[in-house]
Amino acid sequence: MQLFKKTTEINFLSVRKIAMFVSLVLIVGSLLSLFARGLNFGIDFTGGTLIEMGYSQPVELVEVRDALAEAGFDDAIVQHFGTSREVLVRVPPREGLNSAELSSRILHVLQQQEGAGEVKMRRVEFVGPQVGEELTNDGGLAMLYALIGILIYVALRFEYRFAVGAVAALVHDVIITLGIFSLLQLDFDLTVLAAILAIIGYSLNDTIVVFDRIRENFIKLRTGTPLEVMNISINQTLARTLMTSFTTLLVVVALFVFGGELIHGFATALLIGIVVGTYSSIYVASSAALALGVSKADLMPVEKEGAEQQQDELP
Amino acid sequence: MINQYPLWKYLLIAVIVVTGIIYALPNLYGEDPAIQISPARSAQIDEAVHRQVLDVLEKNRIAPLQTEYTEQQMLLRFADTEVQLKANDLIRDALGGRYTVALNLAPATPDWLRSLNAMPMYLGLDLRGGVHFLMEVDMETALTQALERYVGDFRTTLREAKLRYITISREGKVVEVKFRDQQQRDAAQQLLIDSGNYDDLEFTRAERGGAYYLRAGLQKNAQREIRRFALQQNITTLRNRVNELGVAEPVIQQQGQERIVVQLPGVQDTARAKEILGATATLEFRMVDERGDVQAAVAGRVPPTSRLYHERDGRPILLKRQVIITGDYITDASSGIEQQTGSPAVFITLDGKGARMMSNATRDNIGKSMAVVFIELKSETRIVDGKPVKTRKKSEEVINVATIRDQLGKRFQISGLDDTREARNLALLLRAGALAAPIEIVEERTIGPSLGQDNIDKGVRSVVIGFVLVLAFMALWYRGFGLMANLALTLNLVLIVAVLSMLQATLTLPGIAGIVLTVGMAVDANVLIFERIREELRNGNTPQASIDAGYSKALSTIADANITTLLAALVLFGFGTGPIKGFAVTLSIGIVTSMFTAIMVTRAVANLVYGRQRRLGKLSI
Repeated sequence: MQLFKKTTEINFLSVRKIAMFVSLVLIVGSLLSLFARGLNFGIDFTGGTLIEMGYSQPVELVEVRDALAEAGFDDAIVQHFGTSREVLVRVPPREGLNSAELSSRILHVLQQQEGAGEVKMRRVEFVGPQVGEELTNDGGLAMLYALIGILIYVALRFEYRFAVGAVAALVHDVIITLGIFSLLQLDFDLTVLAAILAIIGYSLNDTIVVFDRIRENFIKLRTGTPLEVMNISINQTLARTLMTSFTTLLVVVALFVFGGELIHGFATALLIGIVVGTYSSIYVASSAALALGVSKADLMPVEKEGAEQQQDELP
Repeated sequence: MINQYPLWKYLLIAVIVVTGIIYALPNLYGEDPAIQISPARSAQIDEAVHRQVLDVLEKNRIAPLQTEYTEQQMLLRFADTEVQLKANDLIRDALGGRYTVALNLAPATPDWLRSLNAMPMYLGLDLRGGVHFLMEVDMETALTQALERYVGDFRTTLREAKLRYITISREGKVVEVKFRDQQQRDAAQQLLIDSGNYDDLEFTRAERGGAYYLRAGLQKNAQREIRRFALQQNITTLRNRVNELGVAEPVIQQQGQERIVVQLPGVQDTARAKEILGATATLEFRMVDERGDVQAAVAGRVPPTSRLYHERDGRPILLKRQVIITGDYITDASSGIEQQTGSPAVFITLDGKGARMMSNATRDNIGKSMAVVFIELKSETRIVDGKPVKTRKKSEEVINVATIRDQLGKRFQISGLDDTREARNLALLLRAGALAAPIEIVEERTIGPSLGQDNIDKGVRSVVIGFVLVLAFMALWYRGFGLMANLALTLNLVLIVAVLSMLQATLTLPGIAGIVLTVGMAVDANVLIFERIREELRNGNTPQASIDAGYSKALSTIADANITTLLAALVLFGFGTGPIKGFAVTLSIGIVTSMFTAIMVTRAVANLVYGRQRRLGKLSI
């Protein structure tokens, strides 16, 4: 089966102004949401205590809340987790209470709760405020290091305008993914941060494939404006871009549906990231490089490599 | 003939594939419920112990599947958990305190695989259940304690030299000695420096309100040494305590400059684990100041050689400043019931030096009272005005006051404890040794056994489903070449598992997510190649030339794309803690193995299938 019988000739970059506008709206919207609502940080970052309990029968949240309120935990957030037999209790770090003992006390309260049947501890997480703060800093730094590393690698392998284009696409993907997490107030925990870094890797992968073809075509095709060359390159790689995105989406959907609650945030972030990343490698990365005025002459230093490739064609 | 590999390439691929399969194999065999017996202090496992354990089991008609032992450890495997639990109770009773008996899951790897050093992947706590603690050592207190010791030492040194001082105290990060006149101060400084015992200190002089001060602070490298020692000492103590708790395969590791990671697989009673690991309880023995006026002391006039303490019921009591001995000299402690009163007690054994100090002190003080002080140091971080603030609390309680009737020696007992549980915990803590500085749990992650199994099931299910979907899709889309890609993908999965098993890397839930993601992305290389081949075919090239061009042209693209992804994975690894690291590890391994399978293996198959056909009409792509 083939997606396209012959190489498509869609003029992707003719709509680059519209795409640019759409991206800009999405980015501004994301930033607004990030500033206004912020991210719903999990306890990995904020510090606090989280307890997941498994009940032998479906349980009413009100009863759990009452039991906790009676013991003085009226600020606990109680919700079902996956099924109605699993309950997640979150207690924010609070002033003047020894947090390390907190989890033991809550556990005790829940296990003593009357009429709830058999209660089993499934998971306890406690993160001290100092650790949370460090993680937030380290997480931001990790993202920064990844971007800088990529910028250098792409600049060395291609040209600085491509590097800027690639990083622009990455920043675009990260901001929009974060924006959606902020808008929907989805839990942002450590696994989501990992997913975002995976998205950086993935989206970059997509972008590099397109850039690689652009470089090849700049050297191979004698005629054509940069815009035309880029359009041809995007069309030539289109089948691959869509195929890979589709197979990756397949497994991420499997993870999303069957992976369980713990991995849900991770899968959600990847779902968003792959869709946005695919879009950005077609519309954002190339447009950015084009806007910076990339031209055939810029790729002359690497012509030697291109020449070798052409020789390879002759058996 | 362009599409042919030299023989060595086929052989190389065959060797890697076979090795991969062998080392991935142990993961299919699962685990046996087992009991692990290890000797506590100075004991050894020998034939006698082995015999003893087997006899006990035999008497109760329990037959272990297999037993094996070395000097350090004995492992018994059982058919199911029920038998395992029953055997655990029996063995524990039979062996007593000299051995640590712990429940464990032992890999059921067949002998021939074990002889090749092939072992299954190590499952992380989120998959097998257990507790993870991150503990922070309170270095400030470690430094303060060191200074407090100097306060005592200064006092002794100056007294022995008959040098007159007004007060000695610790003020913040320095020890301050107050003198009436300059001469005395300078003489004291000379004396302290000349004694050679205080090379770790930096002396400065000051003059305030008519008095002369000598101030001594810790030098930079001395501080560093104290911190290092506090960390090492705490790790040792934690290890002893974990052994006392009876945990199989615990992990106790330094993380950074002042943190310790403790992982206890299978432990569910986190309250007790926390109580034991974090406890800083120790004992001090002091003489009671019988002549001092307790009422005056409560009002604030404490005699200079004494300190005011409180008993458990809140009654004030005056004790001498001089300590007879501390908990450091205790070599063994066990809990029990005191014969006469029937109250819980702890039976203590001292080492040689401690015994000498104790017998000297008690010989001179028969008829007088001695007190046992129970000391606990706590440091914790509280949120005050939205900012984490570290607070420290030292609680000192007099748990027991007794009249010395005889000279005490190596062994004696103390009572005055609330209940048997407290006696048991105190005995354990005294046995395992005190922490050099208080620790605070700054992170805790506990996974119950049911959730662990859930995570494995869900993780495996999502890998299988995602995998099958991709296989089906590839076969549908690329026909013959799709099947080659599927073979490569399957092999990739085997190789990832093999590498993880060989490295004995820890597999976590995010690690499984990494594997799933790799499965999705591993086909990318094949998609790139296959699309390129199609393109070449469309351009009118011959099938043979198209195959060759497809592979060679896609190569640099694949390399670029994968190296950048690897870059992101490495950053993740460098920054990540536990779970994130697992994800980064599987992702990185997956990228490397997928390059091998997607490029070399599929090419080898393509070469085998099409390479020899001179007139190749059509490709199944």
